[in-house]
Amino acid sequence: MTANPFDMEHGELSWCPGCGDYAILDALKKALLGLGLSPQQVVLVSGIGQAAKMPHYLRSNFFNGLHGRALSAATGIKAANPELTVIAVGGDGDMYGEGGNHFTHTIRRNPDLTVLVCDNMVYGLTKGQASPTSPRGFVTPMQRKGVRAEPFNPLAAALVQGATFVARAFAGDVERTTAIMQRAIRHRGFSLVDIFQPCVTFNKVNTYAWFKENTRMLEPDRKADDFREALDLALSPAPYPLGVLYEAEGPETFEKGLGAFTDDSRPLFMREPDLGSVRAWFEGLLR
Amino acid sequence: MNSQISGTRDLSFVLSGAAGLGIQTVEEFLCRVLCRAGLHVFASREYMSRVRGGNNSTEIRVGTKAVRAFSDRMDYLFPLTPGVRVNIRRRISQATKIVADRGVFGGEFDGTEAPFVPIPLEDMTKELGGKVYAAMVMAGVMIGRTGVPLPRVLEEIEHFFSGRAEVAKTNADACSLGYRFGVELRGDSEPLYHDAMDSDGKKILLDGSDAVALGAVAGGCSFAAGYPMSPATGVLTFLSANADRFHVAVEQVEDEPAAVNMAVGASYAGARPLVTTSGGGFALMGEGISLAGIMEAPLVVHLSQRPGPATGMATRTEQGDLDLALYSGHGEFPRAIFAPGSVESAFFLSAKAFDIAERYQTPVILLTDQYLMNTFYDVDIPDVSLLRPAGKIDPTPADYRRYAPGATGISSRGVPGYGEGLVGADSHEHDEEAHISEEIDVRVSMNEKRLGKLDAIRQEALPPVLFGPKDYDNLIVCFGSTMEIARESLALLGRTDTAVLAFEQVHPLHEATEAFLSAATRVIVLEGNATGQFERLLRGTFGIRAHHSIRKYDGLQFSVEETARRVSEILEGGAGA
Repeated sequence: MTANPFDMEHGELSWCPGCGDYAILDALKKALLGLGLSPQQVVLVSGIGQAAKMPHYLRSNFFNGLHGRALSAATGIKAANPELTVIAVGGDGDMYGEGGNHFTHTIRRNPDLTVLVCDNMVYGLTKGQASPTSPRGFVTPMQRKGVRAEPFNPLAAALVQGATFVARAFAGDVERTTAIMQRAIRHRGFSLVDIFQPCVTFNKVNTYAWFKENTRMLEPDRKADDFREALDLALSPAPYPLGVLYEAEGPETFEKGLGAFTDDSRPLFMREPDLGSVRAWFEGLLR
Repeated sequence: MNSQISGTRDLSFVLSGAAGLGIQTVEEFLCRVLCRAGLHVFASREYMSRVRGGNNSTEIRVGTKAVRAFSDRMDYLFPLTPGVRVNIRRRISQATKIVADRGVFGGEFDGTEAPFVPIPLEDMTKELGGKVYAAMVMAGVMIGRTGVPLPRVLEEIEHFFSGRAEVAKTNADACSLGYRFGVELRGDSEPLYHDAMDSDGKKILLDGSDAVALGAVAGGCSFAAGYPMSPATGVLTFLSANADRFHVAVEQVEDEPAAVNMAVGASYAGARPLVTTSGGGFALMGEGISLAGIMEAPLVVHLSQRPGPATGMATRTEQGDLDLALYSGHGEFPRAIFAPGSVESAFFLSAKAFDIAERYQTPVILLTDQYLMNTFYDVDIPDVSLLRPAGKIDPTPADYRRYAPGATGISSRGVPGYGEGLVGADSHEHDEEAHISEEIDVRVSMNEKRLGKLDAIRQEALPPVLFGPKDYDNLIVCFGSTMEIARESLALLGRTDTAVLAFEQVHPLHEATEAFLSAATRVIVLEGNATGQFERLLRGTFGIRAHHSIRKYDGLQFSVEETARRVSEILEGGAGA
């Protein structure tokens, strides 16, 4: 086996033995290697949570920011340097709870980002409270009588907001998760991969066995450009479909339309203050 | 008290009326005409938080010498809409001539001592084609009163409405009608305008809002994000409208956390970012400012104040967010706070904010307010060659560590994708490679490294500016937008024992402050808030107590006259504030 440049020497990981995050980390490293990217070209962006610690275990540029704000930071990074491959990773609480507003509006904005959500339907770092994707009736130390709110449907929400790449993977299948990640990263524009993942410590309902029983594989080679069909799949009850639900040509990316790049494609760090234009503006006021 | 400053001649016009009557357009046109003719002009707007109706006003001062502060004096009031609000009514004196249509205003001004000058505005605008021309007729009256020759004015109208011949023609008619009325109004008094105006025609009109935006561009701003909020919206609007010209990436975002986190992300990747907001939005950005602190990410935050708490008064002014700016963001990290006292300073300090943020890799706050944003006057073109040249970002070596302390304690700043190294950033306490660390020794050394930058920032802090005699007994201390007001109030006071000390950087404070304060027998702190935030800052920093306080929190800016009167009461009354 060849060495993966994204492999990193690190101390003890803070994940529990058996956590789905290991498989997702493994899949991501394989996906990046398979795409022929170098760690210098990639920025892994995260917020706060167990999954959001991933940038500390993968060798690349990284930005581990605030809880819920990974997509805003990732958008800023992409806008400052569109040449970078920017991937945001985090959990369901981080991306859909604290970051819910940014999730909605980042999709509308359509920056060329890939968003990987490690969706285990529970809060890990804060020890077992309900998350936005916890099923109704899910009992936790905080929700003693069970969750009384409807779970957030990230796939349907992303579709109706205009996301042009929407997929669901399962951490129990590293090979297919790797393939889906690669397609998502190659997609031009916003791409979402919601990854089902058991939490072996705090979620005793949605276990490896439960996910196997309650999911079904979509045909890997199926044409995925039918929006209505994708929406039906996103809304379908268990067994939940795994694979690429929707993939279509998107509108112009956010960064491409920015005034900064109208007639200058250099990343922003290469620019100098535009004193000439300021002078010209002032002189224009004399006319 | 004589309100005409000796040696200068100026007139103060106030135009008021409902929103939607075109007052703002006319204000712009009028001031341009007066400025081009070589007169000095000052204009300040106050308005209600509504799109149509209400009663807004603009004050226009025009003089033969520089006018750059708000005055309570109204030589002429030109009301267009009945129901003139109390803040204007209170300023009516027996020296105020009210020029208005008797038929529209009826007895609204009965009981004031002001002479009423009737103008048949309804009839005039009916002939012209409607009420929309009323403001232009009044502009004509004001120009006629100053004596600027009519042909010059008509030429400006053609230029101002270029490409819209019909509109230009009717506005020229409206302005001419008013002009003739204004000439009569002037009567035998000497016109302000004369043929040998000393202006070299090189003055431009600039407001605080555009000055902040242009200063940001001159400081290298390449990314700007914000959520609309008065009075900070103008900066984002300007940058957005001119994004292609100035090569700035501009985005109106979903909320303030998005703005600040996008900006910190952009900063990490090498942009020079600006976020612009008012108090409420700034409060929402607190966590992101703290993030810039721990990531050592250059970030400029424009905080344009309005009265709080909460929504407060959306379109009014206050200096009530100094404490918020000083203490925003959890945890401890260094920052600098600039508070420009003039339109020129708004430009230069906005640019300087980017320089300080970049060199010290930390957030810098530009503290302005509604008054400064919505005020303009004539200035010389700011000389951008005075700005410190921007530094360059070097490619990273293979063994690059983002937070290695370096020789000066300030790390060498690399960006992702440039060089052989990898660049990390972390909101957690982190090691030199930006990876999470819970090691106690790492925590202590990183915290000391970050906070150590404050001393260096202090070393190059802006000293306060002294106006008036160097051997003062009484010292009026102010910060931010009150600078020009306090400065002009000195001339009204006419005392040789009183000076003004104006601060345009409020954190960290320059060391010379202590000597300036200690030299005074009486220190009077003038500030636009109720609790004396700046006074408390001076006491906390230097252990020096002010002897007197002048505070204001009614949503309006200080006027030159109010400042002079309140200082005078303290000095002549002898007792406490």
